[in-house]
Formats: sequence, structure tokens, C-alpha cells
Amino acid sequence: MIGAGILKGMAVTARNFVGSYFDEERLITVQYPEERNPLPENYRNFPFLVYDGGDPHAGLRCVACKICEKECPPQCIYIVKSEDKKPDYIGKPQFYPKVFDIDISVCMSCQICVEVCPFEAIKMDKDFELSRRERFDALLMRKDELAKSNDYYHRISPTDAAEVDAKLAAAAEAAAKKKAATPAAEKPATAAAQSKS
Amino acid sequence: MSTTIETLEAMERPPVSMGSRLEGELLEVSMGPQHPSTHGVFRMNVALEGEIVRELKPVFGYLHRNHEKIGESASYLGSMPYTDRLDYFCSMTNNWAYALSVEKLAGIEVPERAEYLRIILAELTRLQNHVSLLGFLLNDMGAWGTPLMYAFREREKILDLFESLSGSRMMCDYMRFGGCRVDASPEWLARARKTVDVFPRFVDELEQLIVGNEVVIARTQNVGKVSAELAISAGITGPMLRACGVNYDVRKVDGYGFYPRFKFRIPLGEHGDTYDRLMMRVLEMRESVGILKQAFEQVPAGPIINPKVKIRAFRPPIGEAYGRIEAPKGELGFYLISDGGPNPYRYRVRPPSFINLTILEDMCLGHTVADVMVILGSIDIVMGEVDR
Repeated sequence: MIGAGILKGMAVTARNFVGSYFDEERLITVQYPEERNPLPENYRNFPFLVYDGGDPHAGLRCVACKICEKECPPQCIYIVKSEDKKPDYIGKPQFYPKVFDIDISVCMSCQICVEVCPFEAIKMDKDFELSRRERFDALLMRKDELAKSNDYYHRISPTDAAEVDAKLAAAAEAAAKKKAATPAAEKPATAAAQSKS
Repeated sequence: MSTTIETLEAMERPPVSMGSRLEGELLEVSMGPQHPSTHGVFRMNVALEGEIVRELKPVFGYLHRNHEKIGESASYLGSMPYTDRLDYFCSMTNNWAYALSVEKLAGIEVPERAEYLRIILAELTRLQNHVSLLGFLLNDMGAWGTPLMYAFREREKILDLFESLSGSRMMCDYMRFGGCRVDASPEWLARARKTVDVFPRFVDELEQLIVGNEVVIARTQNVGKVSAELAISAGITGPMLRACGVNYDVRKVDGYGFYPRFKFRIPLGEHGDTYDRLMMRVLEMRESVGILKQAFEQVPAGPIINPKVKIRAFRPPIGEAYGRIEAPKGELGFYLISDGGPNPYRYRVRPPSFINLTILEDMCLGHTVADVMVILGSIDIVMGEVDR
């Protein structure tokens, strides 16, 4: 009978229409700005820089080694190394980035900078509402915009952050033990405590 | 089944003489690049006689972004996120094909769990690619919106799985040389299994929606026929080739990954028309569900990445390798030549949708303009892969 196939299709449409009121599998949309689906923990967006403690400058983990700048596939990171040094989380004097820019209009959120960073200094953010009014400078993230606290990192991805903290604490402990063998080992303990914050 | 160039030339083609063009019997229309049914920026210069297509010249290159040349200057790992952007519907299979060829090049072993995860993700990708293709195809046929929304609803569930595993819905960047980047938690596997378990219900519904539908049959049967000889000689792969009745699937032929351990059948068509190509996708989805169920049963515990592979300063030995997989659209291959340096000397992609698109003219001649949309939709192209 001609038309039977169309009627069958109509039955599917009707089932979907009625079902969307009762069946959660059939209605999976949410009213976005008011309702939000929770983000998965692995969700990634643009990168940010992690700092320990309260001061974005003093606690910044980045030592301006420029590995991420070199490995970044679309070359969206720009770093200028400092001339002087500041102590890092285990108290070892290190360089810091005088300039650290990420052009997020170029960045493709591939996470390679995070994977290659040996200092756990750069991590992926979860902030996706990034519309800006200007086309150029507003999408070029400077160091002070990129620097976010370790607390923030704990808030957005607790499991990873806890792992990183454990790793850093172990490294600090090992460094402290090494230093304890030689005299003058006051500083590392406080720095290690700070990194746990 | 040998086809030479002579037999191809001898195939019947309606004559298009310069005279008919000058006398205004033929109308030349430029379809695209901004056309809703071209799935991106693709142009066809069509010569029409009334509504009948007499000549069709595809014009590519609107989305060209130098993928292969960038691959020669980026590091091996640096090309991985770019492969996501080739066929942006199936980033997982693109990743796998690239990882496979680098693993071949450098002789890297992949842990067992990683191989299983790859198969799970590749088959999930096949499900969501075929689902969205069917939605788009019905959209092109004039079933505006509704079937596409049903398809996207199911696709979204799979994309949610990708997002919670890899961090991104479409640009997954999940595979690494010698394994995968993130381990799948038991909760994720349970969720994926649940999604796969309810998926056949949707396939049944979709089948009800299209299989017996008189409009679909009228629009697709005997439209855009491809003979097996033409398909083989043009290098067509994937569901399009199997719709012509040629039993060729890289999963069976090459047996890459752990596919030889799985039981599955290759659906084959008979007529090579648009209807067969459409049904091929429905049947392949059912087979994929079967593979996924076996994979969830068998997936072992263990490491997911080979610890010997360096992330930074990865330099494979001098040599060349061609890794290929059965992507949802056909055979996807990466050909790499290494000169021992940190980036490949030559980086070549064999994209299935580009090669499948080359016989578009042969399929469209003698059909109406409205059929061109349906035929193009049934090839399953993604312009990101065609133009690279």
C-alpha cells in the first residue's frame, strides 16, 4: 500500500514528540544560560598558568624554560625570560617569565603545552564564556590574566590538582632531604607547605 | 574485474557539443560554494539541459589550509591536533590513523588496553558519523530538520562520552604514539556501555523512518548508480565501495589493531545506488554495536601508553611508513617519510572523502539537479578532509 511507509515514519515522529515529555533519553537539551549541564572533569579549554600561595608573581610555577613555546603547534605562546631570578616552590632560584602571552584566537586547545611542561606550571582552564568586544588585544591573554591560583585549579579539576600537588610535595621533600644532608635547609620546608595550599 | 582506461572512456556519456552550448540549449549553473547541501564550501559547475545534468565539474580548494605542508614543519606530536581538523566528525579515527603510521615508522608497541580503547572509540566514532550522515542525507532530501535532530540527539550522547574522556567533543586529540592520553575510568566504560546498549533502539526507529518510506525510495533507488568496476578503478573505499557489492574493508583486509579478535560481518550492497549506500550505513551501525559489545566484555586492565615513547624530542628512525585504517568514510591513510629529524620529511594524507568525491560526475550525469544533492549527500564528504 502506498503511503504505509510514510505513516510508519509519522508514528516514529509522534512517538518522539510524546516521548520527549516523559523519556529523559529523548529530551536531552537544557535551556542554556539558565540551566547548565555540569562540565566533565577532563573538559579542557584554553591554558592558564598556575601560581602557589597568594601572590601571582612570587608563586608562579613557570620558569620561562620556553619548552611550551617551542612545542606549541600553532605557535600561540610568546615568552620573554627574566634577567633576575626568584625562588621557586622548593626554594631554588629560577628565572621567571617577564612576558608570557597566549593568543587565544590562535590557540586550538590541544593540551600539548600541558603535556610537555616539566614544572606543572601550565594547565587547561574550563572557562568557555570568552566573548570579547574587541577583536585583537582582548583575545591576547597577558601574564596577569593567565595567572590563576592553585586553589582555582583545585576547584576546576580536583583529581588532577591533587595528583600534581602530591607530585610536587614529593619532589620538594626529596629536595629537602638532599639539602638536609648539606647544611642550611630552612627554606624548603616552608615552601613545600605553601605549595600544598 | 579489470578495468582499463579504454573501457572507462567507452562508457556511455551523453554528448555535449560546443554547439548546444552556443545555441543556449545548455545552462551553466555554479552550485555552491555557499550552498546548504554541499556540507561546507564546495562548488560544482553544472551544465544543465532543462533539469538534467549533462556535465559536472567539481571545484575544490575553498577550505585548503596547507595541512600537509604544516605537517612537514610541525613536530610529529604537533601534527596530532591538526589531524582532528581533517574530518572533524571523526577526530578519533583520524588520530588513530596518524598514530598507527607513526607507530609503524618508529616500531612502537601499543599496550593491550590502549588497543581496546582505540577500537571502542573508533566504533563509537563510526556510530556517530553514520548517524549524522543519515540525518544530513534526509535533510538534503527535504525532510527538513526532524530526522536530523533525532540523529544529532543520538550523536550528542556519544560526543558527551568523548568530552568526558578526552576533554573535547569534536577536537579530541586523544591518541598518542604508543597508546592513548587519558585512561578510561570504570564509570566511563559503564556509561559508554549503557549508551551503546540503548543505541539499537534508535537504529530501529531510524530504519522505520526511512526504509519503507515511499519518498525516500523514490528519491534514492536507482539514483547515482556506481558499477563495481568504476568504483574499483577510481579507488573508492568505505561504505560507498561496499554498496557496489565489493567486499573490501580494511578492518578485515589489514587486520590492524585487534580487529582480527572480533567477530563482525561486512554488510554488502548490490546495486551501488544511493539507497544501498544509505542502507549500508544502517547495517554498519548494527555491526559496530556488536563490536562495541564484544570490546566492553574483553577490555583488560593495564597501562594505556608505552612508557618508552618520549613526548618531547621524538625522532623516529630514517624510513617510510603507510598506516591505514577503515575510517567511517573509507580508507584513511597517512604516508610518512622520516629523515631522522624531529619533523617528517614528507607527510601525506590519503583522505577517503576526497577520493570518493572524484566520481561525482559519473554518478550525477543524466539525473536532475535535485538528485545531485542526494548523491552528494550519500558520498559522505567533509570538506575539511577534501581540501586539507
